Amino acid sequence: MDPQVLMQTLGKGVPTSWYLALSAVLFTIGVAGFILRRNIITVFMCIELMLNAVNLSFIAFAHEHRQVSGHLFTFFVMVVAAAEAAVGLAIILTVFKNRSTLNIDEIDSLKN
Amino acid sequence: MQNLWLIPALPFIGFLINGILGRKLSKAVVSAIAVLSVVLSFGLVVSVGLSSGWGEHPIHQHYFTWIRSGGVDIGWDFMVDKLTMIMLMVVTGIGSLIHIYATGYMAHEEGYYRFFAYLNLFMFFMLNLVLGANYLLLFVGWEGVGLCSYLLIGFYFVKKSATTAGNKAFIVNRIGDFGFSLAMFLIFITFGSLDFGKVLSAAPGKPVEVLTAIALLMLLGATGKSAQIPLYVWLPDAMEGPTPVSALIHAATMVTAGVYMCSRSAAIFLKAPIAMETVAIVGLATAVFAATIGLTQYDIKKVFAYSTVSQLGYMFLGVGVGAFSAGIWHLMTHAFFKALLFMGAGSVIHACGGEQDMRKMGGLKKYTPWTCGVLACASLAIAGVPGTSGFFSKDAILTAAYGHAPWMFWVGVVTAGMTAFYVWRAFWMTFWGEYRGGDAGHSHDHGHAHTHGHDDHAHAHNHSHDHDHDHGHSHSHDDHGHDHHGTPHESPWSMLAPLVVLAFLSLAGGFLFNVPKFLESMFPLHEEVPNEEMLMGVSIFAGLIGIALSYFMYVANKELPGKIRKALGGIYTLVYNKYFVDEFYDATVVRPIIEGSTEVLWHGLDQGVIDGAVNGAGTGSRSIGGVLKHLQSGNIRSYATWVVVGAVILLITVGMNGGLIR
Amino acid sequence: MDLFFFLLFAFIAVACAVSVVLQKHPISCALSLVGTMASLAVLYLLLGAEFIAMVQVIVYAGAIMVLFVFVIMLLNAGEESSKGRSWIAKIAGLPALAALLGILGYAMLTFYPMVGPKASLVHFGDFTGGGAKEIGTALFTEYLLPFEVTSILILIAILGAIVLARKEID
Repeated sequence: MDPQVLMQTLGKGVPTSWYLALSAVLFTIGVAGFILRRNIITVFMCIELMLNAVNLSFIAFAHEHRQVSGHLFTFFVMVVAAAEAAVGLAIILTVFKNRSTLNIDEIDSLKN
Repeated sequence: MQNLWLIPALPFIGFLINGILGRKLSKAVVSAIAVLSVVLSFGLVVSVGLSSGWGEHPIHQHYFTWIRSGGVDIGWDFMVDKLTMIMLMVVTGIGSLIHIYATGYMAHEEGYYRFFAYLNLFMFFMLNLVLGANYLLLFVGWEGVGLCSYLLIGFYFVKKSATTAGNKAFIVNRIGDFGFSLAMFLIFITFGSLDFGKVLSAAPGKPVEVLTAIALLMLLGATGKSAQIPLYVWLPDAMEGPTPVSALIHAATMVTAGVYMCSRSAAIFLKAPIAMETVAIVGLATAVFAATIGLTQYDIKKVFAYSTVSQLGYMFLGVGVGAFSAGIWHLMTHAFFKALLFMGAGSVIHACGGEQDMRKMGGLKKYTPWTCGVLACASLAIAGVPGTSGFFSKDAILTAAYGHAPWMFWVGVVTAGMTAFYVWRAFWMTFWGEYRGGDAGHSHDHGHAHTHGHDDHAHAHNHSHDHDHDHGHSHSHDDHGHDHHGTPHESPWSMLAPLVVLAFLSLAGGFLFNVPKFLESMFPLHEEVPNEEMLMGVSIFAGLIGIALSYFMYVANKELPGKIRKALGGIYTLVYNKYFVDEFYDATVVRPIIEGSTEVLWHGLDQGVIDGAVNGAGTGSRSIGGVLKHLQSGNIRSYATWVVVGAVILLITVGMNGGLIR
Repeated sequence: MDLFFFLLFAFIAVACAVSVVLQKHPISCALSLVGTMASLAVLYLLLGAEFIAMVQVIVYAGAIMVLFVFVIMLLNAGEESSKGRSWIAKIAGLPALAALLGILGYAMLTFYPMVGPKASLVHFGDFTGGGAKEIGTALFTEYLLPFEVTSILILIAILGAIVLARKEID
């Protein structure tokens, strides 16, 4: 790609693709956190991070298509995220109450 | 414009209300709904009759197309002509009376609402059967009444014998229904339609062989539903059901469906002389056969059950010799007096607190005068005493039989004599002499081994057969948990009123309804038979002889029956055990099927092939699972990693197929 | 100007996101996540989504994260223990992540052309359809049913949370 053309273009605005790429990066980081972290609360936060990454792509698409629908998707994702946070944190509380641990590797009653 | 669909719809509504809400409703409400729905239906039938000149101007109503597939085009059509009119009057009229009767009879029963829901459902299907304007609708009703029959025979479902009897009825009927289904297929292939109008008008032009096949297959269906040889065995067992059911379904209406079907298909039968002859012979054989069994039974309902089989045989005889209208006439009068006999028997059983064995009755005329009176009317009618309804219809059949083949007449007359004998035998044993069931007026220290509700007791054929009259009860006393019969008592008026109505009809039905005349336009009257007065005289004589003989044996000279039994020995045992037909069927049909299926289907096919395959699949999964189970570590992070790996694989696959390129 | 803000806040977002993953203490993670969310809010603004940007700050960075912090404090969660094993995460985790990033990044970067006459660019002010008015109109006309269903979802979530978190009554 010709750097000069690129610089010219960037003078007019940021490519939508970059927003999408940022979304991909954030999403991957979220996944990484989900896989690598052991603290259940952190894992939960990583899920929120993934949701945010997806939201970003929704907004970027909405901008690209000049449509408000993408915003509404984001809005609903947020609502669901809020509900999820409420229930998820309640589950975490219960798990901690019963097992006194937040390490997900120790919570393996699904085994066998 | 009469809405015919309302006639069956009313009982169906009653069924829905009672079936769904009945548990919560009081008995008064349940019986009001049940009785009203049927009585209203009767009223509708009457109004339809008045407006159509009692079927003079046939009504045909098309409601909607039910099945349309290729060449099959079957509508939900109802029609009313004279034949249907008679059936409708009989079904709804007698149905109403029996519903009223049942409110009294079933008053203390568990599952009151269930009983009436079934009864209403039966009415719905039966009306559907007679109103249907094509064979398939008739078949819907046919199967539906079979279902209700099954449900009601097995009404006391905690009793093993009742459920077995229900199963027997259902299974035996399956054989007949199989024949009927084949008949319908054949009709459809031959005529391209199942509508009565199209089929019957086209029947004369079709080859005789096909019509004979159709007629014979229909006859097979009819032998199932109408309890003819060889499929009659279910009907006597069906007496396990409550008595109103025996009266309504297994005497007055459902079992006559076969006669109705044959009459409806008269155009086919008339073109198939072999089939006609078969019908006549089957009918006659059944009539004699069942009558002989009836001579020996002690269970009052069994006697009447065999009598029903025998009388149905008469109707088939009438149909078979071409006297369709005589068959239908007998169907009608039989509905009167047989329903009355059963309901009277129910009243007697009620009076005796659930006893059905006639050896434990006797002398009831002074306790239950009304029941005694109406039963006398019915017994006179069935014996064919001149002037009663049974006399006219039976005479019509016998005359026609004489015109067809004199020997059939003579066999029929002998049967009539036997009929008169055993019905009056039951009458004398029940109402004359001394009461033999427990000490009247005293406390009941004279129990028997059976616990009983109304119809609820072990049956005569299960007893040890001590044939003595005063067989000593060595059984220990049982607490019956039921209002025990200290003194036999008359039934309530809700039960007696229908009996009185039916008694009137049994006596006067022959004068009031001249069915052959009524049906003349559908079934031409038979040509005059020479010596008709003589024939009439002979059959009257046979009936009177029967009555007299029974009086002689069971009232005047009570030792005689025992002596005759001893003299006949083996033959008596044979007849008493119903010719061992049940045992014979068991050995030749039921056993081989059970054993065959045990060996081939169960051990061979089921255990070998199917279980093998299933177990193989199970073992295979288990061994694969043994390897894969290490994947299920219970570790969330592992799972998440697998998800990511899966997502990557998916994305690669999609990408490779160009899904990511815009 | 667009490019500057984008790069700045993209950098902050990624840095904070990495911090979420790498920090040992949950509180630090949570605060990092707030940073990511805040910078995402700015990016939303750049994309013309004013309303969503505000909601992001108020609901997400505000309410939800407060809930997280609250739970962390309630449970007195300390640094996470390094107990536990997941061989598959160890072996396949990083390659899978790399592959995921590669594929997604590639797909996203090539999704719209970056240069040329058909280049799709984001310039602040190009799209003004993300205001509260437009959102509200769409929400109460076209998306009315999902919106109402959402209320049921939240109700269920509330009930679930109560059921899960209440003290066992013996």
